[in-house]
Amino acid sequence: MTALGKVVRTTAFKLSAIYIAVFSIFSVFFVVYISYTANQLLGEQLQETIAAEIFGLADHYRSRGLTGLVEAIDQRSYQPGASLYLITDVSGRILAGNVSRVPPTLLDSSGATPLTVPYERYAGDDDNRVAMVQVIRLPGGFRMLVGRDISEREQFREIIGRALSWALALMIGLALLSWFFVSRRVLKRIESLSATSRRIMTGDLSGRLEITGTGDEFDRLAENLNAMLDRIEHLLYGLKDVSDNIAHDLKTPLTRMRNRVEVTLASPQSTEAYRNALEMTIEESDQLIKTFNALLMIARIEAGSQDSAMNDVEAGAVVRDVGDLYEPAAEEKGIKLLVEEREPVTLKANRELLAQALANLVDNALKYALPSDAEADAGRVVISANREGGDLVLIVADNGPGVPEVERERVLQRFVRLEESRSQPGSGLGLSLAAAVARLHHGSIELGEGNPGLVVTLRLPIDQPKP
Amino acid sequence: MRILLIEDDKEAAAYLCKALREAGHVPDHAVDGEAGAELASEGGYDILVVDRMLPKRDGLLIIEELRLQGDDTPTLILSALGQVDDRVKGLRAGGDDYLAKPYAFSELLARVEALGRRRKPDEAETTYQVGELYLDRLAHTVTRADKPVSLQPREFRLLEFLMKNAGQVVTRTMLLENVWDYHFDPQTNVIDVHISRLRAKIDKGFGEPLLHTVRGAGYMIRDSAR
Repeated sequence: MTALGKVVRTTAFKLSAIYIAVFSIFSVFFVVYISYTANQLLGEQLQETIAAEIFGLADHYRSRGLTGLVEAIDQRSYQPGASLYLITDVSGRILAGNVSRVPPTLLDSSGATPLTVPYERYAGDDDNRVAMVQVIRLPGGFRMLVGRDISEREQFREIIGRALSWALALMIGLALLSWFFVSRRVLKRIESLSATSRRIMTGDLSGRLEITGTGDEFDRLAENLNAMLDRIEHLLYGLKDVSDNIAHDLKTPLTRMRNRVEVTLASPQSTEAYRNALEMTIEESDQLIKTFNALLMIARIEAGSQDSAMNDVEAGAVVRDVGDLYEPAAEEKGIKLLVEEREPVTLKANRELLAQALANLVDNALKYALPSDAEADAGRVVISANREGGDLVLIVADNGPGVPEVERERVLQRFVRLEESRSQPGSGLGLSLAAAVARLHHGSIELGEGNPGLVVTLRLPIDQPKP
Repeated sequence: MRILLIEDDKEAAAYLCKALREAGHVPDHAVDGEAGAELASEGGYDILVVDRMLPKRDGLLIIEELRLQGDDTPTLILSALGQVDDRVKGLRAGGDDYLAKPYAFSELLARVEALGRRRKPDEAETTYQVGELYLDRLAHTVTRADKPVSLQPREFRLLEFLMKNAGQVVTRTMLLENVWDYHFDPQTNVIDVHISRLRAKIDKGFGEPLLHTVRGAGYMIRDSAR
């Protein structure tokens, strides 16, 4: 691409070109219109003047005949600013007047409207004079010519024409100049934006676009792009966290599995031992698959809310289902599982995901509801569904040790498990999945203090904002 | 049962065919969508196991075409896509069951056999019997050795599903799907606890246990005396 081609292709160039074209057309039209109207007006005035002269001379002719006419013309001819007069006889000899020469055929013509012709004031006059004249035939082959010099008008026209050309040239020049500066500025800003983007693309995600502080559209563009970059950076770090966690939380059981198989293969074993080892391997791979599925599910929920099937769901039914599902498991652990529902609430939701989120929360609550040193039957987990304003509020509360306030934000992240819970089975994904489900429903999740215990609150708007 | 497996992963298919043969079935294998559609339309299969993403023709398309031709051979869809929405799409296309990869073979076998049974008109059955255990679907009563067994509604449905598939393995996810109508994977042993409650009611105090745990697969209700 040539440098010129590059410039021609810029939006700044195209815009300026359009402006220049529109301006020029408009100015040409404007000036032409003004000069045409002015010309017209002057022409009419001239015609009126000539008509008045003829009228006055006709008076002289009527009262005193040809002699009176010649006298009047002689008299008028040499006044300052006089009109043009000429009287000739049949042979074309000049009897009186202040014109020495006109085109020979002119005197033979006659008409109602004046004509524009060149003439000479005196013999040898080479001033290129032009006049508007009217020729009158008098009895006896005499001719009378009355006219006005219109060189001035022609000069005026020329001046306007020149002014027009100058104005046009100036306008185009100014437009080109402003185009040069504007486009240079714009191109410079755009070039700086592209350069920064290129730098960011090559991997320096911390780079940000320059904001000049003028608050113009480039600043706004840069601000939005910067916000986008912030989000991308945040997501990327999230992703990096996840991959680090995957590396740890998936690699550890994989290594364990591999080691077990290796040890089993290392020396001959009884069929029973092989069998045990294989069964353990299946169990661990199942756990891995579960973790992997949960991860994928969170990723898919977070990636797209559009393609998720949302239907009318009765929240109470989901809460009762989950309660029903976990009740025997709770009882076995010596924990009372209570379901509270004050009024039925129906909302647009994904029933499966809602149930899964609740199940995860109840699962967690059951794991931690009972401190290991507590007496039997002391554990209590309450699931409740209530309406609070325009929100459905789902609460899962336990009376376990709870989560320290400083850790609450952190445990919502993927794979984060508190030290005390490392001994419990689980992937560390339950809460993050619940959080993702809450976000999918445009809601929020909150971990609170139950005095004692943990209270997890899912708050979902009943009327969901249109995406 | 004659089973047609349409699956493009040759190694997985060979393993599945071998395992299905060992379980007493007669599997055929098609390696891509076109070959699979051709074999399936020739008919004669009791079950189709169709991978969703296949070369040459999409798995769902094959099922849709078969259904349009009036072929209602029970079909199990296998897919790497396990999301709820994908399942709905699969079932809407005419699939009868949906299994997300990776799956345990025991799960696949249990579902294939349950599908095979579904062909028989058992919806009309109003009572189920396994050994001395009777379940009356209309009266909602259960007796064992003529003694009434009192069950919670959920326990009744659990037993009903197990008895409908008597003699066959029913996996935990199948129970969750059919008794609770949820498709997620409960992290802990919630289903096991439900089963042990049920077991306490129908097996405890009676002679031979009927409700068996199949290790690594699920549960089965079976009259072991026969």
